[in-house]
Amino acid sequence: MALLNVEDLTVVFGGKDRADVRAVDGVSFEVRAGEVIGLVGESGCGKSVTSLALMGLLPPKGNKVTGKAIFDDGVNLLSTDQRTLRDMRGREIAMIFQDPLSSLNPVVPIGVQVTEVLARHRGMTGERARKEAEALLDRVGIPDPRRRLKEYPHQLSGGMRQRALIAMAVACRPRLLIADEPTTALDVTIQAQILELLKELVHQDGTAMIMITHDLGVVAGLCDWINVLYAGRVVETASRHSLFAQPTHPYTHGLLASIPRLDSVRGDRLNPIPGSVRDLLPWVEGCAFAPRCERVLESCVEGPPALVGGAHAYRCVNPFGADS
Amino acid sequence: MTEKLVEIEDLKVYFPITKGILFDRVIGHVMAVDGVSLSIGQGETYGLVGESGCGKSTLGRALLQLNPPTAGKVRLGGIELTTLPREQLRAQRKRMQMIFQDPMSSLDPRQNIESILSEGLVAHGIGANREERRALISRTLDAVGLPRWALSRYPHEFSGGQRQRIGIARALVLSPELIVADEPVSALDVSIQAQVINLLDELQTSLGLTYLVIAHDLAVVRHISDTVGVMYLGALVEEASSNDLYRRPLHPYTKALMSAVPVPDPLIEERRERILLKGDLPSPANPPSGCRFRTRCPWARERCAAERPELRLIEGHKVACHFAEELAGIAVPEGELVSRSD
Repeated sequence: MALLNVEDLTVVFGGKDRADVRAVDGVSFEVRAGEVIGLVGESGCGKSVTSLALMGLLPPKGNKVTGKAIFDDGVNLLSTDQRTLRDMRGREIAMIFQDPLSSLNPVVPIGVQVTEVLARHRGMTGERARKEAEALLDRVGIPDPRRRLKEYPHQLSGGMRQRALIAMAVACRPRLLIADEPTTALDVTIQAQILELLKELVHQDGTAMIMITHDLGVVAGLCDWINVLYAGRVVETASRHSLFAQPTHPYTHGLLASIPRLDSVRGDRLNPIPGSVRDLLPWVEGCAFAPRCERVLESCVEGPPALVGGAHAYRCVNPFGADS
Repeated sequence: MTEKLVEIEDLKVYFPITKGILFDRVIGHVMAVDGVSLSIGQGETYGLVGESGCGKSTLGRALLQLNPPTAGKVRLGGIELTTLPREQLRAQRKRMQMIFQDPMSSLDPRQNIESILSEGLVAHGIGANREERRALISRTLDAVGLPRWALSRYPHEFSGGQRQRIGIARALVLSPELIVADEPVSALDVSIQAQVINLLDELQTSLGLTYLVIAHDLAVVRHISDTVGVMYLGALVEEASSNDLYRRPLHPYTKALMSAVPVPDPLIEERRERILLKGDLPSPANPPSGCRFRTRCPWARERCAAERPELRLIEGHKVACHFAEELAGIAVPEGELVSRSD
């Protein structure tokens, strides 16, 4: 049974004098307990908006969210009231953001920020909360946690700040963790530390996780199931092994071919995807990727392609592997 | 042996740390670059990798004389730049240009592309009049794959990848010999990164450019560099040809760095072992004694604290580690560098 069931999530931004922008366009996926789901795509593909919509963190005006996101067979996260959401955020669902410096309060010591969550959701105060905060910092691998609790965010290094943020996220043992590019701002050796930590937490607590990233390498090592997004829609969805063994949608294929790899040889030419994300077609007219696609057919622009193919599904009328 | 275009000898760049309200007292120094020597052959690409704060960008800026070096020598085609009088240095500047990381903040939003690209030409007195300069700029735009109508447009009208092409065009328009590219693709989406990397490659082949590419992404650096230098806390810890370095990293830091890079292949990801480094980079204002990497090195011993290792030649690599020969046997785990079979 799925812990979170997202069905046909659509987010449209619009205003009185602006044309509507469909940032997320009918995205569906499931997250089970103890499972890591990847949402992968480049800037503007709608991956962050998806997570903000699920957390109910989109601005109250100027957008329209439709679809369903059923949490634990009960609450629809998209239509429930703010009070219920506030109660769930931090306790049931927690989020880790990309830039730890801008998501921590610069004028409040780390300790106060961690104990705030404990007080709000677990009713802990005083010495008890401080002890628990210390244990949390220790758990995420911050050395000398007692001293660190008194320090301000600017006194911590980038990796340490991200650890503090993770400590806050897991403070109430949430059942779902949404991580939005948690390692993008970090160096590779620190990134490796943080990914290892996240893996451990998911494994130990049986937490479900939605990992939002642009880095296919991160996804390959961490996620059980992967959704590739392009222009607001899922263009390919598959298990990790299936996706990397047989990238079927031309976009996924193109992404993998365009990444320089540690094991490639100097002088190998990369095969970039031509054009940029700006060159897209509205989905109602056809495949949004068609203007950049090397396998484009006439039928690609005769209406939106459907998601086909069973377990390893893709949204393409001329996928890789079709010609043989 | 190709001729050396760039020779850097024992380069040091220290930034003073000051304290005080009226009279600043210098209470210490941040040793951003602390004794680096390297050379780049004509037409070659030298890749400089390292994590944030290791001094790689400062080294690049010091090479271009944008930060005055504290000590050491920098020669461009045999001409010593550090002692050159201002006017003569100015004349040398058109031989060396820079490409910046963030194509948005490095382009003036209020200037159109023609104006951005002609600034350097005017400053160096290239092109007799506007028409001549425009012809030169148009040819450069062709070379970087931008349409000519770009001339009258402004930076915000372009996508990230196109803006980076404008940045490259600005460097190229002066026909430099050396280009220092500081994180040229890290602000771009992956599908666009490949376009820019290929462009840099093509330009090098057609124009015989020499590159110093500074980046934190090891895969990108490996892809475009002939020689790669790994920096840690202001000093080079290993230098080798790109293929050798990635096939057989010798310095513990290089090994750890390589093992930390995620590879987009679940089969490799599952089999490989990571060398997880403890903690963070120490402060460059107060570096550890002896080997600077010893505080995070899983193989550190007593000698590492007492004696700072020099770069030594081992199996074609230059390595700064006392125990490199011994550790050479401990390869990064199998599966690390197997190539995919497709």
